[in-house]
Amino acid sequence: MSQPSEARPTRGPDAESRAWLAGLRADGARGEDARHRLHDLLLRAARFEIGRRRGSLPHLRGGDLDDLAHQSADDALLAILAKLDGYRGESRFTTWAYKFALLEAAVKLRRRAWQGREVPLEPEHWAVLAGPEASPAASAESRDLLAAIAAAIETELSAHQREVLVAITLNGVPIDVLAERLNTTRGALYKTVHDARGKLRAHLADAGLRFENETIEAGA
Amino acid sequence: MSERRRPDDVDVLRGLLGPEGPELSCEACFEALDRYVELELSGADADARVPGMRAHLEGCGACDEDRRSLRALIEAGLASAPPAPAD
Ligand SMILES: [Zn+2]
Repeated sequence: MSQPSEARPTRGPDAESRAWLAGLRADGARGEDARHRLHDLLLRAARFEIGRRRGSLPHLRGGDLDDLAHQSADDALLAILAKLDGYRGESRFTTWAYKFALLEAAVKLRRRAWQGREVPLEPEHWAVLAGPEASPAASAESRDLLAAIAAAIETELSAHQREVLVAITLNGVPIDVLAERLNTTRGALYKTVHDARGKLRAHLADAGLRFENETIEAGA
Repeated sequence: MSERRRPDDVDVLRGLLGPEGPELSCEACFEALDRYVELELSGADADARVPGMRAHLEGCGACDEDRRSLRALIEAGLASAPPAPAD
């Protein structure tokens, strides 16, 4: 779905990015050196990400966090070397490379934060959807919508769609944590969420109910 | 005109129903993430240049966090730190 030809007025990687590619593809000491330098960058990126999120991980010690940064950099380097041909020069090489380190660190942190915790698949906040008393401040219109959605979740979705949608959107389970528990990927789970949302939207439309973006903006 | 919805309800509704219209998959989002963030930082219309990205970021909290992290990292100036290996 992306359109590479539009990415930049000039095609292909800039000089610095080309130097990275050449270095990483080189044999012997030069290749070794390039991989070492890249690993340093990835480690810095992973530490940056961990620094941003460390408030959410008060129980993790500094040593654990640095181990996690090293693991993230190691895994990111492997992913990058395996996907080097996929870099098309649509951004600087370092920007492209950083995203792998950030992803590895973010996923590992989310999983670490949920280690040993049960992942709730049944609605913990079902009350939000259950009825007028549960959310007294909700507008009548919101209540109608929420009640219709609660019913549609029961009648329109498969058991798997229901569990995944509820865990991720109502119970706040990080998608990467759920993916690990269910032995699948973020992308596959998001597809399930997307399909479930589509069914709910279609059902609401059939019932003549609408959830308009303008209303979201006005209320937010 | 409809009544104003409280933020709590809006968050719940938004989470359950997701964005309207076509959106990228998580895989396509990751693929485009570096380009999108550089476009954003350059002041270009990143949403117009990468169709479906904005909707995905609204619908997928994890990918949007990845976007914010990459953007923050580049803004922090780490990107220009060490030189590329010499030829
Ligand atoms: Zn996503």
